[in-house]
Amino acid sequence: MHIDSIKNGIVIDHITAGKGMQIYKLLGLDKLDCSIAIIKNVHSRKLGKKDIIKVDSDISVDIAALGYIDPGVTVNIIKDGALVDKKNISLPERIENVIFCKNPRCITSTEQELTHIFRLTDKESKTYRCIYCETKAETK
Amino acid sequence: MRSLIDIQELSTDEINELIAVASDIIDNPKKYSEVCHGKKLATMFFEPSTRTRLSFESAMYELGGNVISVSSAESSSAAKGESVADTARTLSCYADIIAMRHPKEGAPLVASMHASVPVINAGDGGHNHPTQTLTDLLTIFREKGRLDNMTIGFCGDLKFGRTVHSLISAMSRYSGVKFVLISPEELKLPSYVKRDILRKNGCEYKQTTDFEGVIPELDILYMTRVQRERFFNEEDYLRLKDRYILTPDKLENAKPDLRILHPLPRVNEISVAIDNDPRACYFKQVYYGKIIRMSLIMKLLGLEV
Repeated sequence: MHIDSIKNGIVIDHITAGKGMQIYKLLGLDKLDCSIAIIKNVHSRKLGKKDIIKVDSDISVDIAALGYIDPGVTVNIIKDGALVDKKNISLPERIENVIFCKNPRCITSTEQELTHIFRLTDKESKTYRCIYCETKAETK
Repeated sequence: MRSLIDIQELSTDEINELIAVASDIIDNPKKYSEVCHGKKLATMFFEPSTRTRLSFESAMYELGGNVISVSSAESSSAAKGESVADTARTLSCYADIIAMRHPKEGAPLVASMHASVPVINAGDGGHNHPTQTLTDLLTIFREKGRLDNMTIGFCGDLKFGRTVHSLISAMSRYSGVKFVLISPEELKLPSYVKRDILRKNGCEYKQTTDFEGVIPELDILYMTRVQRERFFNEEDYLRLKDRYILTPDKLENAKPDLRILHPLPRVNEISVAIDNDPRACYFKQVYYGKIIRMSLIMKLLGLEV
């Protein structure tokens, strides 16, 4: 299968196989009108299988959201056909409006305009808690 | 500009410093009588409270400051749908410091994110109530002369009681503190509190349902009320509410220097026959609550004597 290389844009690599579509939606890539390739189940020496997303446009991505959904992905920035930056994404300390607090006693349940913010409270168990009420985020 | 939303935001040194200033206020009240002259405290209580609101207000008056107050959500602009953020911005124009109680968890944090003056969390639902914990710590310190090397028993609702979780968290910072957790099976301390606080800090603790059996070991007995509003099922509440009632006969083998604390209001978990026992401290605790709030207001306003 042949996918053209991109000139200016980003390549999200090392996506856990099967999470490509989730990331596509999370980053709002469905709203772009540039060329986008989602390549699923690519052979990977490190992961066995992986997904890759190529975006033929110089967009900014929500690194924290990406790290929450799939820590371990890499984001490659391509300019004039050359790799100019490579970001290894790890679990973010804080995420905003990626997950939403479901505690009915939380202030976010009545004040709709509030940003839903979660903080990483335990790296080992990947536990995130709402900064307002400390309710644990449901496992993604 | 600093707020106090959660007791965890205070370092042990800061807690010790608040207690030291509070002790000095007790010994030299006149020294502090004008320290907040020209300053205003706004108390914004979106749910009913007697003790906490009056405690904050009398604390500010005793520091020579003034108080502006909205006593209920119904008489505030919140009833018209104003957001907590907007209320906080507005109050910042009137007052130098805000004390806020709100039924929704996290509301005072939201207020602190938008206010331009310090915000004190005066209780957000069943979540945090840092000035109650400071009150408890000052009471223990004043009555025992220390916060370390003691056995503290918690009795009653250890599952939902926010004051219990918060005090356990604060006391676990001090060395040699042993915890005795007395509750019915259904109201046991949540496992995350045991894991994240007690075990993490290497604290010695034991859980029991045998109230009388452990009383002789205790230096502090912290009684709590079983709260009706925490139960979905009235039957469960009625079955559990009278499980542990402290009566004079249960204190027969207690240490003579035991101190009995309760965050109040009491229902029937401490018999009124105990009120005159020198070991009963729950009304003194109310007094200490005012003093520690004086100390806290001064700290957050950056005032010293």
